[in-house]
Amino acid sequence: MREGRTKGGTWRRGCVSCPSIRAPKVPLAFSGGAMGSWQARPEQQHYYHQLAQKTGFSAEQIKNLHHRFRELSANGETIRAHLESIPTLAKNPIKKQIIDAFFDKRNQQEGESGRLEELDLGHFLMVMSHFRPPRHKSGEDERCAVRRQKLRFLFNMHDTDNDGTITLVEYRKVVEELLSKSGAIGHEAAKAIADAAMLEVASTNVPHMAPDEFYEGITFEHFEQILNGLEMESRMHIRFLDVDTSTVRCGKAGSTSTP
Amino acid sequence: MLARASAALLLPPLLFLAPRARASSDPAEAEEERAGHGHGGGGYRVVQWEWSYVQTPYVIAVWLLVASVAKILFQLSRRLTRVVPESVLLILLGLALGGLALLADDKQPYQLEPALFFLFLLPTIVGDAGYFMPARLFFDNLGAILTYAVAGTLWNAFGTGLALTAAHRLGVIDERVEAGLLDFLLFGALISAVDPVAVLAVFEEVHVNDTLFIIVFGESLLNDAVTVVLYKVYISFVEVGTENVQMADYFKGMASFLVVSAGGTSVGLVFAVILSLLTRFTKKVRIIEPLFVLLLVYLAYLTAELFSLSSILSMTFCGIGANKYVEANISQKSRTAVKYTMKTLASIAETLIFIFLGISAVDKSKWAWDTGLVACTLIFIFIFRALGVMGQTWVLNRFRLVPLDKIDQVVMSYGGLRGAVAFALVVLLDGQRVKAKDYFVATTIVVVFFTVMFQGLTIKPLVKWLKVPRSTSRKPTINEEIHERAFDHILTAVEDIAGLQGYHHWRDKWEQFDKNYLSKLLLRKSAYRKSELWEAYQKINIRDAISVIDQGGNVVNAARLSLPSVTSGASFPDASNVTSYLRENGSGVCLDLQVVDKVPGAKVEEETETHHVLAENLYKPRRRYQSHYSRHFMPAGEKERQDREVFQRNMKSRMETFKSGRHKRHKKERGLKKRRASDARDDGGDKPRRGIDRQDKDPVVIPVVSDEDDEFQCRRKEPETDDDVGITFVALKAEAPQKRPHSMTGAPPAADAHLPWKGGGAPWPPPCLSLEATKVIPVDLRQAWNQSISSLESVSEAAGSRAGASTRPASYAGAAPIAPAPLLEKNQEEEEEEDETVPLVPSRRPPVPSPLPAALAPGRHRKPRVYLRSLVTSPPSGGSEGPAGKGPTQL
Repeated sequence: MREGRTKGGTWRRGCVSCPSIRAPKVPLAFSGGAMGSWQARPEQQHYYHQLAQKTGFSAEQIKNLHHRFRELSANGETIRAHLESIPTLAKNPIKKQIIDAFFDKRNQQEGESGRLEELDLGHFLMVMSHFRPPRHKSGEDERCAVRRQKLRFLFNMHDTDNDGTITLVEYRKVVEELLSKSGAIGHEAAKAIADAAMLEVASTNVPHMAPDEFYEGITFEHFEQILNGLEMESRMHIRFLDVDTSTVRCGKAGSTSTP
Repeated sequence: MLARASAALLLPPLLFLAPRARASSDPAEAEEERAGHGHGGGGYRVVQWEWSYVQTPYVIAVWLLVASVAKILFQLSRRLTRVVPESVLLILLGLALGGLALLADDKQPYQLEPALFFLFLLPTIVGDAGYFMPARLFFDNLGAILTYAVAGTLWNAFGTGLALTAAHRLGVIDERVEAGLLDFLLFGALISAVDPVAVLAVFEEVHVNDTLFIIVFGESLLNDAVTVVLYKVYISFVEVGTENVQMADYFKGMASFLVVSAGGTSVGLVFAVILSLLTRFTKKVRIIEPLFVLLLVYLAYLTAELFSLSSILSMTFCGIGANKYVEANISQKSRTAVKYTMKTLASIAETLIFIFLGISAVDKSKWAWDTGLVACTLIFIFIFRALGVMGQTWVLNRFRLVPLDKIDQVVMSYGGLRGAVAFALVVLLDGQRVKAKDYFVATTIVVVFFTVMFQGLTIKPLVKWLKVPRSTSRKPTINEEIHERAFDHILTAVEDIAGLQGYHHWRDKWEQFDKNYLSKLLLRKSAYRKSELWEAYQKINIRDAISVIDQGGNVVNAARLSLPSVTSGASFPDASNVTSYLRENGSGVCLDLQVVDKVPGAKVEEETETHHVLAENLYKPRRRYQSHYSRHFMPAGEKERQDREVFQRNMKSRMETFKSGRHKRHKKERGLKKRRASDARDDGGDKPRRGIDRQDKDPVVIPVVSDEDDEFQCRRKEPETDDDVGITFVALKAEAPQKRPHSMTGAPPAADAHLPWKGGGAPWPPPCLSLEATKVIPVDLRQAWNQSISSLESVSEAAGSRAGASTRPASYAGAAPIAPAPLLEKNQEEEEEEDETVPLVPSRRPPVPSPLPAALAPGRHRKPRVYLRSLVTSPPSGGSEGPAGKGPTQL
């Protein structure tokens, strides 16, 4: 996060609350964290263990994410405020949806709905776990499960009113947001694209509609169907570091890299 | 005067085989030869034999011809080419030709000349590969590719070299092979590199999944730097002698690796920038756009070669780097031209390479066989390749999110094909310095043949047997495109939130940089303003429309998308959008064929058929394109119009196919509707009636119609001048039927007039109906088509088409929006009087009598009604008519 660091100064001034985001070598012993809740080591271990079971992260990953989480919840400000002030996120066209996803109860547990007022570490990890890469030796079933889970996350993100369908209005919103940062494309274009996409969903899923039937919106099944060709399992995840966050990165930044 | 002196020719002449051989191989050439020998008398010669004058180009041309014909011949047998890769066949052909030559003459006057190979044949292939490299995939896997290319090649080179030395010491390789450690290392270096030509040739037919392909192929391209450096370093070491090599030289070798690779890459990127910049300013000289692309990519190669940098790297990165900007800058035609030229050149170069490889193999003078060396080399390269792949994959998998599994590794090991690069390099060796050159040549040939032929032949069954995931040629749908992009943003966001700087973070940074600086610099203004998603959408739009029609109506009308929050008044922007769905997805055509309104008699059916045939064949005599002789300008309008026309015709024929597929079932309805449609048209327009009685036509309406028509025509003139749109107006325009190659424009048979239903249901056959029906597909698709074209083509239209995403841009639909509105209003008036059901207006009566043009839009009137119902929640009568009438205005 080069930019994060360089801009760190201004950012910190902007939001008083994050003293050490990305401080390079914060020791991982959680002796006096800002949250002040899991100081005792055995307790913390236990808590981590529980979280690990729930989310599938390794203990190391949880430590790292916990570290991050404490940064995000430092100084008594809400996490949402912290999230919204992440500088690199500012340019992201779907920033709002992503942040909302963290506060969406549907992403916490199946069958729940509604919004969370504030996150705790468990919630944070739970949402993050949607982006956990699948284990190397995963069977077909597991693969399917992972896929479904990721799809569900996406679906929830689009289905803002939680009625089980992504309606046209909602879908338009999604596309609009997606395009919002690419500048040139207008409102109308976004709409047209969303409409075309919606129509495509409708036509693939309900090919033979009676004349006076309407396509209400994309249900989860249809959503699954329509994204069948997309390799979800291998695409939608990021690398959570097993070691301390100040380790090597292996992404390449575009075509400037030389062999 | 002939030939023997022509050894210096780049393309060694096959023509110069002794007559004996030639007669058997190519009678035509033998003819020439005989003629050549025949002349030589004194005095004035009526026919001069100017062989030496045309020799070089002639030989080149004949070679190209041989190669091309060979390709045709191989394709004759599908079964053969399915099993045997073309490269194998080509090598066999080369072997046969070489054998013939050998029969004729002991000396082989032709070879795969390294200069020819490196300066002409290789760049065409690499250029093509680089330019059309899927950049995203390439950079997504760059880490793996680089690892395999650098570490893997080094490992292979050293491993093979050292192992061969050991084998030599142990006596497995014969004493006659005078080679020391350095010689073997040199040999190891040139034999270990995976060859891009061979990999392309073989993998193109195997269709393994994209990731696997890009890793193997990327490796084969990027290992060039390693090979070049190793080769050069060893050559220089061999030249100065082992004992004189100092420690510093090793470091120089290392440094030279960095220079060669980084230098090659940067030369490529510099040329990519130059190329992109140049194409930014070629708007006025479209005709030479393709040349710029070809030249600069080639120059990137030559420049790198000039400074003895890695030319393959240079060319590859030039292609990858420039592709995005160039494609956005140049015109559609230029794009096609570039694509075809590159593919043609690459294909022919590949063919020549394999033929020459075959021929070169049959040259006894170059061979020195040692079974031990050959066997050891074959074994070692295979073992080291396998070990190297396993080791590196093990390391890589610790970092990769998507691990490469065992099967991938097998394919990667097995796909390590050696090819012409190795051969050219080994031929380049200096026989004085490298004593064992002949042995090396023979071994290289065997290795190349073994990998290309044996492995190339068996890799397909292997891939099948291992059930390696194949690549799908399926194009992504619009939803997938949307989500692909959503993924990128989501993952970047999650990485940011998690405080990680992973791949997505950096990719996002790069994209920002690209958007903010690079694209601004390198793209035309018009191109810059378009987003990728938009482009994708345009492409998909057209494709969807086509496939929708192909599928034959399994399409849900956009009208069925429910818009919950919309009520009649507020819905109109939405309503217009719904109609725009219809347009965009072309779903309108195939709607509702099942509607059975009436059951017409057999005669009607017959008539329908006739009408159908007529309509189908009544093409408008195409507007004759002015032939232009300017070498410098291509009239753009012409081109667009042409595109449109082609598209139009395509759509039409597709629709016809579709219809004929459905014909049996819906003949009746269609017949019925067609009549109605033609009636509607007749009544609406003022074209000369052919025996159709007009009594039933409302006299009041006529002037209105013609007024509209006039306005129409005025409007119409405009678009007509710059583009050929007009189907929309067919319904109203008198001469339209003759002019437009539209299926529904056929003149209705006179008998129609007497058909029982003719005068019945529709005293005022609403033109808007036919209009609507007529319009839906072609115009809409044309709109999408236009948009995609114009989006690529013109600066000025960018804003328009963007704004007109759902409302039609004025540029090409100037008249279109006007048409439906007044007509509809008229319709409403009409309706009030006649109580006639008009599809676009919520009906008071069953839709039965509403006339529809069958040929174009068989029975699609229901859907609009449906969508209106869905959109307009107010009662179907009275109140809803106003908005409904307005709706189509936005079409």
